[in-house]
Amino acid sequence: MFKRIFVLFSVLMVATMLLSACGPKATPTKAPVVTEAPVVTEAPPPAFECTDAIGCVDVAPGDPVHIAYLLVVAGPNETLGIDSRNGIEIAIDDAGGKILDHDVKFDGEDGGCSAEGGQSGGTKLAADSTIVAVIGTSCSSEARAALPLLSQAGFTIVSPSNTAPDLTKPGSENNYVPAYARTAHNDNFQGTAAAEYAFSVLGVKKAATIHDGSLYADQLQQVFATKFKELGGTITVQTAVDPNQTDMSSVMADIATGTPELLYFPIFLPAGGLIIRQAKTTPGLENAYLMGADGLFSPDVISAAGADVEGFRVSSPAVGGDAYKTLLEKYKAKFGHGPISIFHAHAYDAFMIIKAAIEKVAVVDADGTLHIGRQELRDAVHNTVKFQGVTGVLTCNETLEVAGNPIKWPGDCAATGMAVWQYHTGTFEIFINPEVIWIQGQ
Amino acid sequence: MLRTWRQRITFTDIMVWAIGLAIAVVVVVGTIKTLQSGKYETGVWLDLTIKGLAVGGVYALIAMGYTLVYGILRMINFAHSEVFMSGPFTAVFLANALAQSGFLNKQPLLSMLLITLLSMTVSAVVAMLLERIAYRRLRYAPRLVPLITAIGASFFLQYVFRGLYGSGFKGYPTLTSLQGSWNILGIVVYKIQAVVIISAILMMVILYGIVQWTKIGRAMRAVSEDKEAAELMGINVDRIIVFTFVLGGASAGAAGILYILLFPIVWFFMGFIPSIKAFTAAVLGGIGNVAGAFVGAMLLGLLESIGPNLFLDGLGVVNPSQLKDAIAFIVLVLILIFRPSGILGERVTQTKA
Repeated sequence: MFKRIFVLFSVLMVATMLLSACGPKATPTKAPVVTEAPVVTEAPPPAFECTDAIGCVDVAPGDPVHIAYLLVVAGPNETLGIDSRNGIEIAIDDAGGKILDHDVKFDGEDGGCSAEGGQSGGTKLAADSTIVAVIGTSCSSEARAALPLLSQAGFTIVSPSNTAPDLTKPGSENNYVPAYARTAHNDNFQGTAAAEYAFSVLGVKKAATIHDGSLYADQLQQVFATKFKELGGTITVQTAVDPNQTDMSSVMADIATGTPELLYFPIFLPAGGLIIRQAKTTPGLENAYLMGADGLFSPDVISAAGADVEGFRVSSPAVGGDAYKTLLEKYKAKFGHGPISIFHAHAYDAFMIIKAAIEKVAVVDADGTLHIGRQELRDAVHNTVKFQGVTGVLTCNETLEVAGNPIKWPGDCAATGMAVWQYHTGTFEIFINPEVIWIQGQ
Repeated sequence: MLRTWRQRITFTDIMVWAIGLAIAVVVVVGTIKTLQSGKYETGVWLDLTIKGLAVGGVYALIAMGYTLVYGILRMINFAHSEVFMSGPFTAVFLANALAQSGFLNKQPLLSMLLITLLSMTVSAVVAMLLERIAYRRLRYAPRLVPLITAIGASFFLQYVFRGLYGSGFKGYPTLTSLQGSWNILGIVVYKIQAVVIISAILMMVILYGIVQWTKIGRAMRAVSEDKEAAELMGINVDRIIVFTFVLGGASAGAAGILYILLFPIVWFFMGFIPSIKAFTAAVLGGIGNVAGAFVGAMLLGLLESIGPNLFLDGLGVVNPSQLKDAIAFIVLVLILIFRPSGILGERVTQTKA
């Protein structure tokens, strides 16, 4: 008899667990219709009705406006996310820590620069309905997994460093514009700039590319390869490594048979650092030019590649100007060291765009409650036009083509140009090591 | 005779043989096609062989830990991957300090000795603590219990080190005296590869010597043959077991330093894959067998290094180097199916009372 009770109990336990795990998702909060009893001597105050297509976020007086982040703040590529987060913190300071007299609550999750990380981080954030907007993700592979979840939850998402063209390409399944926008460039731009540099400036005619299976790396090396071939060069091989692979000897042996003059590997750490080291111990590749992209813009590249980092080039956005110099000073003053990646300015602008959009669409109630319509916020961010940011003048809803190559679609807000930076041995300091050796268009 | 043979063959046997045959066909056809296409010259194969032997040497030293512990306790120490990781992850701080002060490049031999000593000590201490805290009480428990404890200890140590040293990775400084290569008989041999291979062989010889020719080695072999009888002969079994763990830990620490000479990046998760491959190597050579660990590891290193380019490239597999790990694990599965006792077999006899 006890055995049967035990079996029944176990079945009920399992059923409870299944139901709670597979239950319907929490729906975004809808503001209650406020009506008040008419006061005898005064006209009744206007009632706020949420007419937003998705719903409204209600921020009571004294409550904070919740902006969350989904960035890579742990693991081998933590400098990428931590740098962006630092940029946002400076922006919050510059805004006085408030949006429309409400404090800003800023926290978030680690994205891990992988689809799994994006999935788990996105799920955690999507469950919190107090979040108004999310600044993230760092890596495009996280975005592919996180965007459906965050978009479903009604958030507005602005990324400081996603660059895969797929994320804003019209008709693509990963395109979540207008819920999504980004202040970083589109890789259609970066890949072509890198190819131009390799062919016209370095004068190489044979190149090989390596990606790591991620959305960003695969698409970027493809853009590079297409443009390089268009310019008249030959791509000897386009191959791939596992992001956590340590022994690159068989890939290097494969590439060495084609004797390329340049290796373009727009991947992340630790694979990028190991390739730099192991290219020097592969017969045939010791003298090849090594070039990466903005995923390898980090002090950890110098520690990973050791003495072999001398002469290593990366394609990355060009930043500069007076507004940027001020940001650089504030960064050093606040954190005691210089920037550790290249997207801090883009993250700063991402926060400022969201803040401007909130200020535009928010409705302040008679009792001081802030109501922010989610769809209206998305539209406001999407329709940001000629916004003066630290990285330049940002416009989020235009399409731009250069010689038949689309470098901007709606959702791409970026205004930065492309540059090639070069590393030297020694300590990492932006503009000195790595230093800018070429800016596109100059 | 024929009747009993036909009766004994089951469907699973046929399936397994079919899989083995399929893999053999793939390997042979791939090899022939790659060599026929002439894509790689002999120099490339030699270079890959040397790299394979270097990696194999590292696996051999890690496999020593697995094989010794299995021999003594009949248990697979899954936490050995963290014993391997703890050494170089701690020594990286010393290495970077030495590099900053310039001592590393002025006195490379002395610095490397210090770094190796630190790594071996840390790994040995971690192994000793593991034995004392996690395994001693469970010595007479059913087989599954220490196994699960080992897995738990592995996770625990990984995240302790993640908490202590951070989740990012650290890089080892470059040794200028080990840069470059020698040209021996027309073959380009990179200095680092040569140093790793020679050190690995040297350490294996020392370890083999300890196990075969010293008194304490004899005591180890006695305990692994029959624990109760050894105790009756006056051997302090507890001390011998601790010594075994310390020996395995020290060799894993040394393996860690050789590993970072080849791949100079350490992080809290670095122990996982190399140790699984070392375990494969130990099983390949015959677990419980010291010479077997060496043979298995060298063979595995070679297969891993040459395999993707030799077997898979010819068949037109795209990006064959991504299947490098797959080759290592297929080897493990095949060995367990076709020759579970390994190449050199289990040396220790299992007498049943």
